[in-house]
Amino acid sequence: MAGPTRIYPSKPAKVYLFGTCLVDLLYPEAGLAGIQLLEREGIEVLFPQAQTCCGQPAYTSGYHDEARAVAAAQLDLFPEDWPIVVPSGSCGGMMRTHYPALFKDTPLQARANDVAERVWELTDFLLNVCRIQLYDLGEPATVAMHTSCSARREMGVAAVGPALLGQLKNVTVKEQARAEECCGFGGTFAVRHPEISGAMVNEKVAALVDTGARQFVTTDCGCLMNIAGHAEKSLQPLSGQHILSFLWERTGGKGGTSA
Amino acid sequence: MSQSPHQIDVREFHPRAQAAINNPQIRRNFRKAMDGLISKRKLAFEEWDLESLRTLGANVRLKALSRLPELLVQLEQQLVANGIQVHWANDGDEACHIVQAICARRQAKRVIKGKSMVSEEMELNHYLEQHGIEALESDLGEYIVQLAEETPSHIIMPAIHKNTDEISELMHDKTGTERSHDVEYLTASARQQLREKFMKADVGVSGVNFAVAETGTLCLVENEGNGRLTTTVPSCHIAVTGIEKVVANLEDVAPLLALLTRSATGQHITTYFNMISSPRRPDELDGPEEVHLVLVDNGRATVYQDDELLDTLRCIRCGACMNHCPVYARVGGHAYGTTYPGPIGKILMPHLLGLEETRHLPTASSLCGACGEVCPVRIPIPDLLVRLRQESVDGDHLHPARVRGHGSKRSKLEAMAWRGWRWMHTSGNRYRLGTRLATRLRALQPRQLGAWTRYRSAPRLARRSLHELVREHQNQQGGPQS
Repeated sequence: MAGPTRIYPSKPAKVYLFGTCLVDLLYPEAGLAGIQLLEREGIEVLFPQAQTCCGQPAYTSGYHDEARAVAAAQLDLFPEDWPIVVPSGSCGGMMRTHYPALFKDTPLQARANDVAERVWELTDFLLNVCRIQLYDLGEPATVAMHTSCSARREMGVAAVGPALLGQLKNVTVKEQARAEECCGFGGTFAVRHPEISGAMVNEKVAALVDTGARQFVTTDCGCLMNIAGHAEKSLQPLSGQHILSFLWERTGGKGGTSA
Repeated sequence: MSQSPHQIDVREFHPRAQAAINNPQIRRNFRKAMDGLISKRKLAFEEWDLESLRTLGANVRLKALSRLPELLVQLEQQLVANGIQVHWANDGDEACHIVQAICARRQAKRVIKGKSMVSEEMELNHYLEQHGIEALESDLGEYIVQLAEETPSHIIMPAIHKNTDEISELMHDKTGTERSHDVEYLTASARQQLREKFMKADVGVSGVNFAVAETGTLCLVENEGNGRLTTTVPSCHIAVTGIEKVVANLEDVAPLLALLTRSATGQHITTYFNMISSPRRPDELDGPEEVHLVLVDNGRATVYQDDELLDTLRCIRCGACMNHCPVYARVGGHAYGTTYPGPIGKILMPHLLGLEETRHLPTASSLCGACGEVCPVRIPIPDLLVRLRQESVDGDHLHPARVRGHGSKRSKLEAMAWRGWRWMHTSGNRYRLGTRLATRLRALQPRQLGAWTRYRSAPRLARRSLHELVREHQNQQGGPQS
């Protein structure tokens, strides 16, 4: 659930980036795009090389001892008081909303609360803290947006993706039917209940294809590998991209001129 | 003979879910019904400050639960003072026995029932039939389900899994009603048959939506008037309810009622709202001679002992969580195999049946949070699902599990896998080495990844990890910054 309205800080000189394990191994270009977008806004990005995973996979599977151990290993990585930005609503939600409960009544409670307080979803940070202005350099394109459930409900940033895409003058954004419905990823849910997850992603791909867009962007790599993976497997004309990669490419990143 | 839920093996969730997913009729019926309910709810709250109202509803329920033992004592005193007899039941069987004993004393052979999920939980119809007492459901949806010898597939709309054609066919087979697509005609026909039963019934059994401690009032929300008839026409009315349904004052009912009807069916108010405060008084012309309330525990007192699980008991049974659940919309209510399906069922049934029997329910969720977002009393359903997953595998030594059947899903292999995962991810060096290896060996990555690739292609490992890309990027920018 989205918590109380957060007060956005003024733009800091530096931020920490927590890259998340899915971005790290499957979509590193999205993480790099996030870094480059932040740097273009004049922010120095600190990337602690000792970071691994937020602990969510074990947490949602019920293995809280394991989740706590892995999460604890991340708590030391952000010693200075800079904001921590995360290119994912899901991992951001884990750190922001679940760390306090996970470390409640432990010696790490204060540090976990401090980290949680500083966590921001990266696109939210770009829009509402950096107040980014995007100059679209790309060819006319049509995309559909899929906001992850955690970005929508845990981080409360459902309006951010459409607002950023709305700044791109050559991009037409299509709204899918039942936009608020889950794509069926849910971490281990996808393999514990494959038939239910499969039915969900099947309808999600259909809803996205029905928009007429041939590509979609999303805030989260879980949704991305689920939706794009099903579209590929079922030979649907739909490809996906992390929203950060898309924004960077359209505004002067790979293959374009710098804005 | 109605089907006893005891005949359903809750553990067989997967085959039932699979069958429902492969049944286009079931998929269509649920999708259509849920889409309608979602938009009706949205419309009903349009001119309200929903978030404030939800907070108010949550607070009313929390306040009542914080004083539950005291309020139950007060409720009993007030009810008795009003002439209503109060019975306490530890579990469903005991509650069934209490109802049956009242029927036996009154030599009652025919029971008419208003809608009551607690009576489903008790398996009351089955019990009464075994004791030679006819129990007839009078709520239209429950009546259809009973004709079909099924159990409800939704807590508010028990026959939502059937479309008009299926209902017409069923009524034709079981009652000789002419086949028709006309809902009005079918409803009128059912009503005609039920009216006769009401006149002949010896006892009426109903549920309770709110029991008010201060005044000793039993509140009953309904749309068909069958609740009014059930509680007034027969000479004896027996209400059954869970012990958590008590609220302190009459003022507490207003926000809960406003939330309940809008969340459930998108109605600003139901057609009937009954407030029952006594049996027939000497100067009154109608109403039952005897009114009873059976307060059923059935595991609730144990849930009450735990500060986190306690939130489960806030529920006012509106069904909004299932209406908005993407899993429920795909598999329907029967797949769960439990009295309460959907998200509320997943967090409540483990307490009623134990975690061993219900082991597949807490995991059958993508934790999308739609249920928690719409819950009118702000039950943190996703958090409770995670808690039950933890209990299922005894996964947290800081918070020892306490739900019956905890640890029954723990497998040595899985526990070992998570220990390995922990070993890899608690050290930045091990992780970097491991991921460096994995990305270098990406050509060897398997194309098939078990259940994942049944519906999706396998995600491909990147050539280089973000850790490596960042190093390179920082070198280009002139030296590492961290």
